[in-house]
Amino acid sequence: MTAPASSGSGAVRDSLPPRTLTALLLALAAVAAPHAARLPLWLTAAVLALGLWRAAIAWRGWPAPPRWPRLLLTAALAAGVAAAYGTLVGLDAGVALATAMGALKLLEMRRRRDTLVLIYLGYFLVITQFLYTQAIPAALYLLAGVWALTALLVAVTRETGGDRPWRHARLAAVLVAQGLPLMIILFVLFPRVPGPLWGLPDRTSAVTGLDDQLSPGAISRLSRSGAVAFRVEFRGDPPPAGKRYWRGPVFTRYDGRSWNPPRHRRGPAPAPRTRGPAVAYTVMLEPHDRRWLFALDLPAEAPPQGRLGPNLTPLAREPVRQLRRYRMRSYPDFRLQPELPAERRRRYLRLPDGAHPRARELAATWQRRSGDGAAVVRRGLAYLRANGFRYTLTPPDPGRDWVDGLLFDTRAGFCGHYAGAFAFLMRAAGVPARVVTGYLGGAMSPGGDYMIVRQSDAHAWVEVWLAGRGWVRVDPTTAVSPARAEEGLGGSVSAGEPVPMMARPERSWLKTARLRLDALDTAWNRWVLAYGPELQKRLLGRFGLGEWPRMVMALAVALAAAGGGVTAWVLVRRRPRRDAAAAAFERLERKLARAGLRRAPGEGPRDFGGRAADAFPGQREDLLAIRDAYLRLRYEGAAGAGEAARLRRRVARLRLRPTPTRRQEGDGDRAG
Amino acid sequence: MRTEARGVSGGERAATGAAGRLRGPRAALDRWIRRRMGRQGRTVRLDYPRIYILPSRAGVGFGALVAVMGLGSVNYGNSLGFLLTFLLVGVAFAAMLHTFRNLAGLEVAGAGCDPVFAGGVARFRARLGDRSGRDRWALAPARAGGAGPPADVPGGGSGLLTLEVPAPSRGWLRPGRFALATAFPTGLFRAWSWLDPDWACLVYPRPESGAVPGPEAFIASERGGRFGEGDEDFRGLRRYQAGDPPRHLAWRLLARGQELHTKQFAGRAPSRVWLDWAALAGMDAEARIARLTRWVLDAERAGRIYGLRLPDTEIPPDQGPGHRHRCLEALALLPA
Repeated sequence: MTAPASSGSGAVRDSLPPRTLTALLLALAAVAAPHAARLPLWLTAAVLALGLWRAAIAWRGWPAPPRWPRLLLTAALAAGVAAAYGTLVGLDAGVALATAMGALKLLEMRRRRDTLVLIYLGYFLVITQFLYTQAIPAALYLLAGVWALTALLVAVTRETGGDRPWRHARLAAVLVAQGLPLMIILFVLFPRVPGPLWGLPDRTSAVTGLDDQLSPGAISRLSRSGAVAFRVEFRGDPPPAGKRYWRGPVFTRYDGRSWNPPRHRRGPAPAPRTRGPAVAYTVMLEPHDRRWLFALDLPAEAPPQGRLGPNLTPLAREPVRQLRRYRMRSYPDFRLQPELPAERRRRYLRLPDGAHPRARELAATWQRRSGDGAAVVRRGLAYLRANGFRYTLTPPDPGRDWVDGLLFDTRAGFCGHYAGAFAFLMRAAGVPARVVTGYLGGAMSPGGDYMIVRQSDAHAWVEVWLAGRGWVRVDPTTAVSPARAEEGLGGSVSAGEPVPMMARPERSWLKTARLRLDALDTAWNRWVLAYGPELQKRLLGRFGLGEWPRMVMALAVALAAAGGGVTAWVLVRRRPRRDAAAAAFERLERKLARAGLRRAPGEGPRDFGGRAADAFPGQREDLLAIRDAYLRLRYEGAAGAGEAARLRRRVARLRLRPTPTRRQEGDGDRAG
Repeated sequence: MRTEARGVSGGERAATGAAGRLRGPRAALDRWIRRRMGRQGRTVRLDYPRIYILPSRAGVGFGALVAVMGLGSVNYGNSLGFLLTFLLVGVAFAAMLHTFRNLAGLEVAGAGCDPVFAGGVARFRARLGDRSGRDRWALAPARAGGAGPPADVPGGGSGLLTLEVPAPSRGWLRPGRFALATAFPTGLFRAWSWLDPDWACLVYPRPESGAVPGPEAFIASERGGRFGEGDEDFRGLRRYQAGDPPRHLAWRLLARGQELHTKQFAGRAPSRVWLDWAALAGMDAEARIARLTRWVLDAERAGRIYGLRLPDTEIPPDQGPGHRHRCLEALALLPA
């Protein structure tokens, strides 16, 4: 009977044995580790130092800090977090603060409750991690984190001594395994409510994706990322390579430096006149923290739970913070707003005064020499083709006046430069124009069942309005680099450019492997991450469970079944385990048989053991000891699990070395 | 948990009947518990219907944590957040079953209790075992005003439980209703079973404290002579005989490897004394008992030979632990 040892000294003498405490520190460190990449370096160092200090208190008897320095430290860390993030309430700052306070809590861990607070904080750190990543490794992190923290919970609850950490870990693994069926049922059947319930804090960390304005170098920066922007499953054949224009935000106002979205974005979407068959597809969009969605040019109808903007950009109601799956239909052959009122047309001609004088001059000559808008466009494209323009991810700095610099000095740029400059030229030449950003391209997965569009496919192009024809897409980049549309980024810039590996045309085993993994990711995205209110309704609707009351009923039935199963698993008595001594002796028999010595039918363990001892003189003592221990356990009823375990270990350790006498036993020829 | 001690506050010899007269929800709960418990013998088997389980305070905190996680997951539409939340629900459910199983099927058998003096703490021992061969960890008795350290029962083996119960007054002490509880493995749930087994512990009377006049002030010893001073002058050694007072043993000789001897003192051998109830006429009964108890202890400590005369009993003079126990038992069980 071990009475709980309580020492009354004022230090943090805790109820936790040092080993349990070390396990706690390690588990918390492992759970917090993925956050470390986002924490300021000094905070990571401080948290580590506090953890090591705590370990030193437990193992080396170091003094714990008294109350007021601890308070000072608390204030200092909070101030440091506030200074580093500029706030204490955002997601990143909140995680940083929770980590810091958890580390401080280590130093004032006196009672069991304090330990519990730390373990609960650990669970909380696990869930905050999912606001940053939800890829498959994050799911493994989930399982490992819950397992480790639950093992700690067990160790802390075991008041009668924490001397067997692995038993606790095994029990925790059983608990997690028994929790899994309920998890799956709840995940599938628990009725989902569309969020958010309250305002979401703004993301402070940058998410890759298109920006809400087009400054000259923006897209070339984005194109260096090989990250997946979205994946698409087509209902029929995908459109041919040169037609994969994915429409995103449209920019109509130019301020002399960058292109900006229209001031009024609330208007109704004009209805295009479409011809030919529609392309139907489903997009799985990676979160990019913006409201726009992407659709093949030209989307004809609003996305589910969203609408089409006045410039036919599909928009979601909320910024896309989680993987989003939506169905769309697009018409590659369309006619958009063939009649545009003069007042609206003027809006698409507006330019800031005095910007880019040489470009204006050039545009004015085009306007004078051309009969109509279409001729101006042709002239403009011919100009880009003829004058040695270069398509590059790393253009030289065009100077203060970027359009003039691009057109007359450097003659090198990326799609963002050419689209921005071309739209300016068109407006200066009297042709209404706007810039469209999005993606151009997309590669089919090796299995051919879906298309991957990457950030490196980011693109910008121009739409001009021509009388009688409406808005027409013009891609000035293809005038400079005809290969861009069909062969993508990797096929259209020179070999030394910083093109991400996945966007390069050549095949490599690494690329192939990454693409195979992507298929796994896609399945994960499709069935787990995109499983929200919409998908739940659709999926369960197939079984007639789409409505709320039925869903709840199905949930109740499934929970009862699974709960009953787990209950039986836990409570039903299993068959008594085989006698440990007998099992050990059987193992010995197997070992001897492998070494060539078999027990004769009817031969008792005493005789057989003696014979084995004679056959292996090198292990004589061991064999006799094993035999005697077995006989004691088996026939004299010697009690104690320890004795049986010793026997088992002894058999496990036994190494039988062949000796000359073995052959003489007569059984040796049967070996092998 | 508070309710359980209601009817069985320590002083009562028998714990039945008291609660029946009380009113109010607590008393009703108490009656309900009593009905469910039934009559218990010396060995109690904790079958399923005897076991109660509720979330502990830590479990309520855990529930709050899971609820917050669930709300966060809805808010952010975060699938892995949902997975974690639901996994924790599943783990808590499994933990509840394990906690229940940690207690279910256990057999609790009384294993005695050493007598204590009134005012002390009685330590009831109980042997825990079962036939399932399962490990059971961290089982602890819980009782208002008393408890005990947690005990383990390794699979197929048995464990020893100690229940500490305050013993306020002399006589037979029953442990009264107590709970055998466990929160293992996770501490999120607490399972318990109420026990009121038929165990008893002898409680000796509380000895009178302070300076007490010796028995010779009231009655002369049979041999006469002064008491308490006779063992000053060393006279010699004789062989040890069972019952010799330990302080008179010749430890030094023993340490040198010789046989055990007892020192003999002048003023003559242990004098005989009768500790007599009747001699204390004029004092109230409990005070007499306290005085006699003190005398028994003093006489035993001094290595004297003493007898005890009580109204209905007479214990002839003797000495030694067995004799001391007989005397104290007789005093403990005197009718009030």
